[in-house]
Amino acid sequence: MSATTDQEPPAGVRSLWRLRGYLRPHRTALAIMLGTSLVGVGLSIAIPLLTKAIIDGPITDRDISPVLPLGLLALGLGVLEAVLIFWRRWVQSTAVLGVETAMRGDLYARLQVLPMSFHSKWQSGQLLSRVTTDLSAIRRFAGFGMLFLVINILQVTVVTAVLLAMYWPLGLVVAATAAPIVWLSMRFEKRYVVVSRRVQDEQGDLATLAEEGAVGIRVIKSFGRSEHVSRQYEDAARGLRATSMDKVRLSAKFWTFLEVIPNLAVVVVLLLGAIGVGNGRLTPGELVAFITLMLSLVWPVSSLGVILAMAQEAMTAAARVLEIFDTEPDIVSGDRRVDQPRGHLRFEHVDFAFPDAPDEPVLRDVNLDLAPGETVALVGATGSGKTILTALVPRLYDVTAGRITIDGIDVRDLELAHLRTLVATAFEEPTLFSMSARENLTLGRADASDADIDEALEIAQAQFAHDLPWGLATRIGEQGMALSGGQRQRLALARAVLAQPMILVLDDTLSALDVHTEKLVEEALRRVLAATTGLVVAHRASTVLLADRVALIQDGTITHVGDHRELLGSVPAYRELLAADADHEAARA
Amino acid sequence: MSRPTVQPTSQPTSQPTSQPTSQPTWRGVSATDAEEAAELEVERRFTGGSGQLLRELLRPYKKAIRILVLIVVVENAARLSIPYLVKLGIDNGIDPIRISGDKGPLFLIVAIMLVATLTQAAARQVFLVRSGRIGQDMLFQVRRRVFRHFQVLSPAFHDDYTSGRVISRQTSDIDAIYEMLETGFDGLVTAALTLVGTAGLLLFLDVKLGLVALTCGPFLFWVTNWFRKESGKSYRVTREKVALVIVHFVESMGGIRAVQAFRREARNQEILDDVNEQYRAANLVAFRLVAWFMPGIRLIGNITIAAVLLYGGYLAYHGEVTVGVLAAFLLYLRQFFEPMMEISQFYNTFQSASAALDKLAGVLREEPSVPDPASPTRLDDAQGELRLEQARFSYVDDRPVLPGLDLVVPAGQTLALVGTTGAGKTTLAKLVTRFYDPDAGRILLDGIDLRDLTADNLREAVVMVTQENYLFSGSIADNIRFGKPSATIEEVQRATRALGAHDFIMALPEGYDTQVANQGGRLSAGQRQLVAFARAFLADPAVLILDEATSSLDVPSERLVQQALRTVLAGRTSLIIAHRLSTVEIADRVIVMEHGRIVEDGAPADLVAGGEGHFSDLNDAWLASLA
Repeated sequence: MSATTDQEPPAGVRSLWRLRGYLRPHRTALAIMLGTSLVGVGLSIAIPLLTKAIIDGPITDRDISPVLPLGLLALGLGVLEAVLIFWRRWVQSTAVLGVETAMRGDLYARLQVLPMSFHSKWQSGQLLSRVTTDLSAIRRFAGFGMLFLVINILQVTVVTAVLLAMYWPLGLVVAATAAPIVWLSMRFEKRYVVVSRRVQDEQGDLATLAEEGAVGIRVIKSFGRSEHVSRQYEDAARGLRATSMDKVRLSAKFWTFLEVIPNLAVVVVLLLGAIGVGNGRLTPGELVAFITLMLSLVWPVSSLGVILAMAQEAMTAAARVLEIFDTEPDIVSGDRRVDQPRGHLRFEHVDFAFPDAPDEPVLRDVNLDLAPGETVALVGATGSGKTILTALVPRLYDVTAGRITIDGIDVRDLELAHLRTLVATAFEEPTLFSMSARENLTLGRADASDADIDEALEIAQAQFAHDLPWGLATRIGEQGMALSGGQRQRLALARAVLAQPMILVLDDTLSALDVHTEKLVEEALRRVLAATTGLVVAHRASTVLLADRVALIQDGTITHVGDHRELLGSVPAYRELLAADADHEAARA
Repeated sequence: MSRPTVQPTSQPTSQPTSQPTSQPTWRGVSATDAEEAAELEVERRFTGGSGQLLRELLRPYKKAIRILVLIVVVENAARLSIPYLVKLGIDNGIDPIRISGDKGPLFLIVAIMLVATLTQAAARQVFLVRSGRIGQDMLFQVRRRVFRHFQVLSPAFHDDYTSGRVISRQTSDIDAIYEMLETGFDGLVTAALTLVGTAGLLLFLDVKLGLVALTCGPFLFWVTNWFRKESGKSYRVTREKVALVIVHFVESMGGIRAVQAFRREARNQEILDDVNEQYRAANLVAFRLVAWFMPGIRLIGNITIAAVLLYGGYLAYHGEVTVGVLAAFLLYLRQFFEPMMEISQFYNTFQSASAALDKLAGVLREEPSVPDPASPTRLDDAQGELRLEQARFSYVDDRPVLPGLDLVVPAGQTLALVGTTGAGKTTLAKLVTRFYDPDAGRILLDGIDLRDLTADNLREAVVMVTQENYLFSGSIADNIRFGKPSATIEEVQRATRALGAHDFIMALPEGYDTQVANQGGRLSAGQRQLVAFARAFLADPAVLILDEATSSLDVPSERLVQQALRTVLAGRTSLIIAHRLSTVEIADRVIVMEHGRIVEDGAPADLVAGGEGHFSDLNDAWLASLA
């Protein structure tokens, strides 16, 4: 179960109301939509009244003369109604799509701002269903549901008033039907909100499973576990089917009731109306007009069910969307800049714990000083906290205590964009996007020239990028278009180098390279690191040699700092970590 | 059911996605573009794609649908009878009251009306629940089939298709079908019946007036037909555009770490704004079509009503029709046009659903490039002897990665593959695990061609661990059990202990039950690699392939893994691909590859002892790098 489903959703109507700001730019459109609809209601009442006049003219009064002008009037009103509908829909299409598009843009912007701690908690399937399914639900309500909720209620009220004025005993019958409808609607709404939220959440979970089935396909295939994941998916799909059936049953009952009530009213009206005409208290034309008007209420009333369902869906959707808007990014930009950055990086008593496990510190009292231009290697066992330490520098996560400074300024006081210009990281697991190789390379510096790119490719020994089928224009998809792990790492390295940072962070970036390539890359890197402050996570002695000094990290804190040879000689734990393979090789050679 | 699916996209080139040249430059060029264009071509030729799929899906419900149709007919008969009963009430019920105060005929009519109303309600309730169930069952079947089919399709397909598109097939396309089933199906059936029933009743009530009313028919048909064609086109574009949005979204959220570290946000936003805008524009076209269509229908309806009023008033004056008939006429006309609105609403959902179905049908039509054999050979208790005979393979034509490889790996041998990047080592691994089939030549496991084994059978015998260590949501234990779902927690722990992974797992907040949130963001790459290793150990295959599987481990972990490997690999065939020679030392035999050919082959000690050659050089470089 996702982390999101057990959160309490904000109350329905308020959630939608809070999103009203998106409608503001479309106020004129809304006014036109409302205005045309109101006139439309008036027309739908006028036409049956015209009918009455036409029927009573030739039949009751034996007079043919009013038929032609009244008929032409009916024609004119009919044309007017169509024109108004056209106008409303035309305006509405621009407005609602504008709202949906704006919300999607904002949601995406917010998601990009939210820090890693948020993203590692949320499954991307849940995020995806918010920007697609949920936004469509809100759009449908904003364009259609909201308007007709108002219009239909208005139409019902006005028509009922007209009916009361026409012949009050029948009017009362019609008015009396309102009570059960209101009562049912309220009851329905309560239950529907629960079930529709459940459907939406289960859809999100299913989307997550679909995503895992797609992204993890190679692992699934390697182990022949297609059957296993298929069954998981089917179980979830079966659960969704059961919940959806609950929803179907609930709404079927409600819709049926909403249709039955007006029809029953027609039966009663016919009975009383016919008696009324028989007794001369009502003209035949009036009875026809009465029934026509009443039947014109069937749609507004029965569609209330659909509209309320729509409103409900929009409310849950709004609540789910607000869950994202309401998450305040806990990593916010500072406002300072380093005017003449030198790249002096300092860790001062740095602690770190993941937000969901505050009692289990991952890093404790880390102190390290990197002079401008200096390169320090971080050495430590798997899981000792090296990667998280590197992630603290560009503020992918924030320290929980202590501070990190660049040229004496706390990184939390720096403008985020500025900080991330100063620092570039090459991750061990390179993320390549489905874009051209060039776009992937220039991620950190969009204005890089061809010469810059060539240089970076050369440093990272990634010249193979030129030999791709379409050269640098080749799209290297999520799986890097048959690029090997080593090739992807080298592209990621080239990307970091191309950014020309003051501080270059390499998180075990060379692990997938063969010895020859690694040697070439290291030689080239040495040139770059000469002028750049470097923090290099290293598992191999060869990588350590890139550094001026080595910091040994054990159980989340730095225990030793010094020269490679010195540490080899004096610190057994260090020898254990780095010298082992050399010993082996030496023994064998 | 009509077949609006037969919507030839008259100019496939007018769709932006099919035109690589018109794409923004950031997208880059890929062979997929051509394939997408080809996909459209295919859809043009097999326009029945969605229709056929729909028929297939509906087949099991033939009987249920027949019952459903019966219920709908009953419901509509009841509903259509009500205006007629109103007419009877006015024409036959009033006069007896006027004349003799006899309310009997009126009561009778009202009683019949009451029965009709209740019948309609009951039928409607049953219909909604039953059709809902069929819809949900169908949806379940589609989901199931699509998910399973994606699982069957080969990795090569997934490489090209990209996971973003796989996901959008299973989310937004399924949603479109769901929407149709939820709202549209009911509307269409009711509408069709109402249309036919009403037309008949109008003619029955009064032929002349009926004919006047029905002259609107050709206009209705023409407008509806126009709308059908146009919206078919526009919805196909809409689906394409929403897929673009989804692909970009999934990718940027998946790679959010790199996005934030490299200040990619602005550019990403630009791209999203672009695809978002394209989606909006496509939607706008669709919405505007409705903006023309709906009032168009209303216009025709209103003109018809006015005509009936004029002509009916004239006829009533001459006593040729009764008030009751006129009243019934107006009521029926209202019912006649209302379903037109529903039909158009239905087309909205139906068009997007049929476009979605087309795409799903396209996926389901896709044949796996490594298909299961028609008559498989069963391999039990695999020994693990691997044999490659003149295996030839290329990703791109004319650029063979393996020009024709001969290799025999005896059962139980630990073979290390060494060579520079691009020498074909990983390709070799992918051929042996049958991610791909060789273009020529064959690969045998215990003397059986891999193509004669079922996928499941092969995977029982051959398992690969790569450096790509995808973790699924669920607990750590679940992830390790992925190698053997039936494994007990003791077996899981035995595997992790052997690998030295037990300690770090126990140090996690909830030990083995710790939830691996979104792709294991919490675990380090090395830890994830250990989990992946534990998976493979638990799977206990006859042939184990390690493709750079230890690259992220630190030296002590790697040593632990290697110790474990010594025991685990004993009696097992294994292929180890490694850049680090430290991994090679447990191998019985080393082959050095270059440009897809074997250039050296022998025991590691012998190759080193030779003093020259690639392996010896590599070994020297390796020793030098250790410093």
